[in-house]
Amino acid sequence: MSGERTDVVWLGSPAFPKAAEKALADDRLRGNLRNATTTIRGKRARVVGERPDWAELRDAGAAIKDATLADLAGHLERLEAEVTAAGGTVHWARDAAEANRIVTGLVKATGETEVVKVKSMATQEIGLNEALAAEGVTAHETDLAELIVQLADDRPSHILVPAIHRNRAEIRELFARQVPGAPADLTDDPAALAEVARRYLRERFLAARVAISGANFMVAETGTLVVLESEGNGRMCLTLPETLISVVGIEKTIPTWRDLEVFLQLLPRSSTGERMNPYTTVWTGVTPGDGPQDFHLVLLDNGRTEALADEIGRSALRCIRCSACLNVCPVYERTGGHAYGSVYPGPIGAILTPQLRPDEEVSASLPFASSLCGACYEVCPVKIDIPRALIHLREKAVDAKRGHPSAERAAMKLAAWTLGNPRRLSAAQNVASLTARLPLGRPSRTWPGRRRIKRLPGPGRAWSRTRDVPSPPPQSFRRWWREEGEEQ
Amino acid sequence: MRIALFLTCVNDTMFPGTGKAVVKLLRRLGHTVVFPEEQTCCGQMHLNSGYRRECEPLVRSFAATFAGFDAVVVPSASCAGMIRELHPEVVPGLAAPPVHELTELLVDVLGVEDVGAYFPHTVTYHPTCHSLRMLGLGDRPTRLLRAVRGLELLELPGAEECCGFGGTFAMKNAGVSAAMGADKAANVRRTGAAVLAAADNSCLVHLGGGLSRDGAPVRVMHLAEILASTEEDPA
Amino acid sequence: MNARDEILSRVRKATAGVQAPEIPRAYAQTSPTPDLLTLFAERVADYRAIVHQVPATDLATTVRQVLAVRNATRIAVPDGLPPGWTTGVTALSDTPPLTPADLKDCDGVITTCAVAVAETGTIVLDAGPGQGRRALSLVPDYHLCVVDAAKIAGTVPEATARLDPRRPQTWISGPSATSDIELHRVEGVHGPRTLEVIIAT
Repeated sequence: MSGERTDVVWLGSPAFPKAAEKALADDRLRGNLRNATTTIRGKRARVVGERPDWAELRDAGAAIKDATLADLAGHLERLEAEVTAAGGTVHWARDAAEANRIVTGLVKATGETEVVKVKSMATQEIGLNEALAAEGVTAHETDLAELIVQLADDRPSHILVPAIHRNRAEIRELFARQVPGAPADLTDDPAALAEVARRYLRERFLAARVAISGANFMVAETGTLVVLESEGNGRMCLTLPETLISVVGIEKTIPTWRDLEVFLQLLPRSSTGERMNPYTTVWTGVTPGDGPQDFHLVLLDNGRTEALADEIGRSALRCIRCSACLNVCPVYERTGGHAYGSVYPGPIGAILTPQLRPDEEVSASLPFASSLCGACYEVCPVKIDIPRALIHLREKAVDAKRGHPSAERAAMKLAAWTLGNPRRLSAAQNVASLTARLPLGRPSRTWPGRRRIKRLPGPGRAWSRTRDVPSPPPQSFRRWWREEGEEQ
Repeated sequence: MRIALFLTCVNDTMFPGTGKAVVKLLRRLGHTVVFPEEQTCCGQMHLNSGYRRECEPLVRSFAATFAGFDAVVVPSASCAGMIRELHPEVVPGLAAPPVHELTELLVDVLGVEDVGAYFPHTVTYHPTCHSLRMLGLGDRPTRLLRAVRGLELLELPGAEECCGFGGTFAMKNAGVSAAMGADKAANVRRTGAAVLAAADNSCLVHLGGGLSRDGAPVRVMHLAEILASTEEDPA
Repeated sequence: MNARDEILSRVRKATAGVQAPEIPRAYAQTSPTPDLLTLFAERVADYRAIVHQVPATDLATTVRQVLAVRNATRIAVPDGLPPGWTTGVTALSDTPPLTPADLKDCDGVITTCAVAVAETGTIVLDAGPGQGRRALSLVPDYHLCVVDAAKIAGTVPEATARLDPRRPQTWISGPSATSDIELHRVEGVHGPRTLEVIIAT
């Protein structure tokens, strides 16, 4: 499964509703997701609740990101100059293929055939592991959840916890089967499972000569990179090897060191629901005698400049990948991440994927994969108005297909025509009211005085598969108003 | 006060009882209600489904119809939100009529919480997404409900979660929508309430549709119908 | 056009005419809590780290005691650590640099810190005296950190203001942990599984 090529979108991903059906039928998956998202929501709410200045932090976070994007070229040039001055080498990649070529070339130049990796959305996005494998280089994922996904030949389904769709029993079984040296009496206690991962990866860390990472933030004014993590696998990769290659999206830039004070407060609380994540590593280029002595930064575009050009869509580039929007999303909770067909699932994925990969089949359906309930916007630490962006992308999807007739388009046109004039609406209401006299269905308990209609024709079928509708009333309001209401 | 009623196309066509309830309630409180007959629809379905071009004329016609009124009442949180938050984006510069969702009008403009209603039933209230997150109605609806004589308000578990309606989402992603609706309906049934109330008939038609299909002994009602109910003229 | 120039030109085109907003910084710069020391101790303990508070004069004794309790005798020691703290144990100097294997096999490491953050229970190491290079506090399974009370800042903004971004930094908030299995928190994965903090007043 993981062997299929990725460039943001998993190869051959079907439209969201179709993929969602499969997930909806999987009771275990829904149970796992519900447990996990309920837990993390509670944690987040507690630590956010203890900050009386949360609204002000969000305002600052959103403004810093907007300010960064407004002068992104200037900040990137500064970043490049600072990283270079500090002994690092900066590379630029227009797309996934170019980034993969650069990284593969750098790894091969070291003569190594194995690399250790810190969990990184950017390298996931470009399908780096597959590209390395094709060149004979094995990439070892070292984040516990990434390791679970890699060992299971699975796909990540969550930005922060890629194996959120797996429960402890499934992970126990996987480790017992796949990890050399896993104890025969391995239990499904998370502590025991983490211990297996520790032992399995420890030798790899100590022997690794090349590491690949992403970064959460890049400080333009100093050329400083920042990685937040929990397990220590990040520190291992960022500290012990001789060569470090960081692949980072251009939008991860922030202008100043001071700006980091905002994100170090917003990100952990939004993401893992902690006041602070266990480990944050901060480095600038190369420090003699401390950490990798050969440092490469690969700056990745891969569709970001397209999104940047869209006045509303560019807000998606504020994203700091906390995944709070996934955790509160009622759609995500029921479908899980795989249905989104992209390495970026959930609400943020629904607005990011179609912008990064507009031509994929799944992309056209993603902006519609939301009830627009607004829970995502409410928790977003950088105030991305996801519902608004979704509506905007729906518009683009609809406009892209203008001129191609469809049942939906015809229905929408007809509705607009009918609603465009009160006389036409009134006539339509009168026709509906005629059906009220037909003996359709039994009397409704839900809507006293009306009847239960159990099956609708045409596009209404999708509705009536699980839901009744009340029969139309014998008289519309406007008719009642004209005939008696106004006079009372 | 002279108050213009924007009933919304869904209520006008499918739930005239909600409109009649608003009229009865406001008249009982001593106000004059007018129903400008040029009104049709706020354009929300079109905008939210990506048909902005088709939405624009509806936005213009709404503004023209309600120009000059001191107060416009809307018994739908999602349509009120659409008008207040999104009309200015669809047609920038258009003069926005002073629109109030029903509970905003009652609590903020008219300053009443006890509207003199009588409704001797158990009720659970679902705060719809647009009432909660777009308009920020807060506890206005439940303050109004608590003041109703005879009414016992039962707390809905997981109240803040979306019911899964979402306009055309309910058909485009019918499976997910139904799954969300089923969870919400299960919570409604868990309360044991006889009546499920909300500030949006659109969410109620989705939830009621599921409850009806399952044969649940729950009646769904727009908040306005409960607030309009009296001993002499019960809902 | 090369990739660099092409990306920069795309960015310029995409952002032409876009104005950068002012950054509102109305969030808290300082902590409302007057007793930062107690707050820091509580917040570190929240992460299930072991915390002691001792007068500076008792520091050497306390260090010896906590090491003795753990039976820790071979201790990695960064340059610049007060020598009195390691009397009675085998101090493994990092000059010349210890190998990863040395670090893996020792009983622990003692460091000081550059800054601590009370609100988040965080210690920050920046490779200054008594802290050493980053690997020192990473590979051993036990990390004993001595925090001078004067190093405790109230908030994250106060801490970042005291730090130099050009120095390599490690921000540590409790022992290593994972929540990757059902979001159930487990302490102790790849970093030191035990973090012990002595606050010197």
